[in-house]
Amino acid sequence: MAAGDSDRFGAFGGRYVPETLVPALEALEVALAEALADPEFVTELDQVLQHYVGRPSLLTEAPRLSEEVGVTVWLKREDLNHTGAHKINNSYAQALLGKRMGKRRIIAETGAGQHGVATATACARLGLECVVYMGEEDMRRQQLNVFRMQLMGTTVVPVTSGTRTLKDATSEAIRDWVGTSTHSHYIIGSVVGPAPFPRMVRDFQAIIGREARAQMLARAGRLPTSVVACVGGGSNAMGIFHAFVDDQAVELIGVEAAGEGVESGRHAASLTKGVPGVLHGFLSYLLQDAHGQIHPAHSISAGLDYPGVGPEHAFLRDSGRATYVSVTDEAALAGFELLSRLEGIIPALETSHAVAWIAGARGRWSRDDAVLLCVSGRGDKDVSQVADLIAARAAGDT
Amino acid sequence: MTRALTDHLVECRALGRRALVCYVTAGHPDPAASLRLLRELPAAGADVIELGVPFSDPLADGPVIQASSQRALEQGMTLDGALALVSEVRPSVPVVLFSYLNPLLAAGQQVLARAADAGVQGVLVTDLPVGMDPEREAWLGGGPLEFVRLVAPTTPLARMAEIAKHGSGFVYLISRLGVTGMQSQIAADLPRSLAELRSVCALPICVGFGISDAGQAREIGAMADGIVVGSALVKAADSSVDDALVLVRELRAALDSLAS
Ligand SMILES: Cc1ncc(COP(=O)(O)O)c(C=O)c1O
Repeated sequence: MAAGDSDRFGAFGGRYVPETLVPALEALEVALAEALADPEFVTELDQVLQHYVGRPSLLTEAPRLSEEVGVTVWLKREDLNHTGAHKINNSYAQALLGKRMGKRRIIAETGAGQHGVATATACARLGLECVVYMGEEDMRRQQLNVFRMQLMGTTVVPVTSGTRTLKDATSEAIRDWVGTSTHSHYIIGSVVGPAPFPRMVRDFQAIIGREARAQMLARAGRLPTSVVACVGGGSNAMGIFHAFVDDQAVELIGVEAAGEGVESGRHAASLTKGVPGVLHGFLSYLLQDAHGQIHPAHSISAGLDYPGVGPEHAFLRDSGRATYVSVTDEAALAGFELLSRLEGIIPALETSHAVAWIAGARGRWSRDDAVLLCVSGRGDKDVSQVADLIAARAAGDT
Repeated sequence: MTRALTDHLVECRALGRRALVCYVTAGHPDPAASLRLLRELPAAGADVIELGVPFSDPLADGPVIQASSQRALEQGMTLDGALALVSEVRPSVPVVLFSYLNPLLAAGQQVLARAADAGVQGVLVTDLPVGMDPEREAWLGGGPLEFVRLVAPTTPLARMAEIAKHGSGFVYLISRLGVTGMQSQIAADLPRSLAELRSVCALPICVGFGISDAGQAREIGAMADGIVVGSALVKAADSSVDDALVLVRELRAALDSLAS
């Protein structure tokens, strides 16, 4: 019963969980394979993605941003999905799978609240009980999303342990699942966690890249030079990268959160600064100290505030297929304002990291190149936080 | 690998003595108290000491052990600090290091030898189930320590056999679904899990998770080779080392009342 190769990406990934969860993960793997082979499941998911989520999402040219950075920038508009982010591609699919497995209760963790909202949404529509764990600090940062989840009938459980953010919410969700796996399904929100989660979440998010690749070929008549996405756990990035991995000429760039700077000790750049280790059931780059204790992450955006990263990103980094860079809180805030001002699109603070990196890389591309940016979510959830930050910045300037 | 842990537990069994396995978190409530516990637990009735290596993200643990880990970490406890405690006391009963995988990985290849030198007999890793990482399992099980493996209430029979085959020291049977923590009732399907495991496992079987008082100790002790007490002991240690020792004596007396 050894964990097979499908559990890993090179050396990364695996299934490092309490024994109690091993049968649940094995059952999930089997159920997933059965569901994907069942035309009824595939059709139902496809219908939901079209008529409820609103797929395919648009591919929008960004003329003024293109002018600004001297390269044609294309935006893959996951912000236009129902609930405003890419998260629902995975949440809805997993909720459907959970229901098919006969689970009546869904558990999720959330950082920015987008995954929690997406999961609450799917559960409302499917009539499933939903419990979302959220760090107290994130509940404060993302009050609107807390209320959204509650409106849809979800119980939001404040997590007060550790750093009171996504890391601790994830631990708490796993603890719940250790006790309830017989009747609950755990919908993890990114390409993290024990196998089969990283691969499953990637496969449910891979629709982003499949659509974008076809849209680029149809609209621009070419593949992008570079594909750029922000990386928290890494699901929107894996989602858009996956279809391009075999296109060797297409550069894949993941943008991590550098917080107050990668040398400050207050950041979330696990691939840039982390060391391989095991957390939340998988082996990947982690922010940790010399004793293997997890170092708290920091980012302006709750959705990137995580000390680990999906194992497939660790693999893509080490193999050189993808490149990972990082952007500070301050630059991300400028990216948020930039896309709003130039394109009339208010991006999530998470996405703003990728916007900022592109803006900062002007001169890197020629005018004939094309950059594809994954707009992982819209910034409505961040508007009040950004208003405070801009006010604070103005006060600091005077 | 010596077999001190297995031998000790087999000897207990031969004597009709139910083993009392006592979990304490290294450095909790403080290093001095931790030293005293290691020193005095055996005389109070412990047959094995499970020494918890505090981890920042203990996802198999309930609130009591989480809090104890956090408190220990805040006071600077580390894996090497835990080994230093063992080395200073050299407890008169076997010590099993109870850890999450990450602190062990960070400590490096030589950590098992260092642990053995300090006087540790066994190691138990909460987040490394049988068959999930053969290379690291070979490292943990192929060194100087006895590698204790866990069986859960959800584990099917065939997998129980696999786990029993790979384990040494004893097999730790988790009594119920969920993370560590105290509970008032014993899981209804425990007798069935225990009988199933017994049918495929020659090693001594100790049952843990949720045992907190003499009544439960007697009830489970009547079925198993031993019991593990964790959260209740850590909670008692929160008040004082003396309270913890009182609890251990009570549990010892309860188990001894079963001795045949
Ligand atoms: C809009 C948005 N983008 C990105 C992320 C980061 O997650 P991931 O790296 O898994 O895409 C989040 C997480 O909450 C998010 O809400």
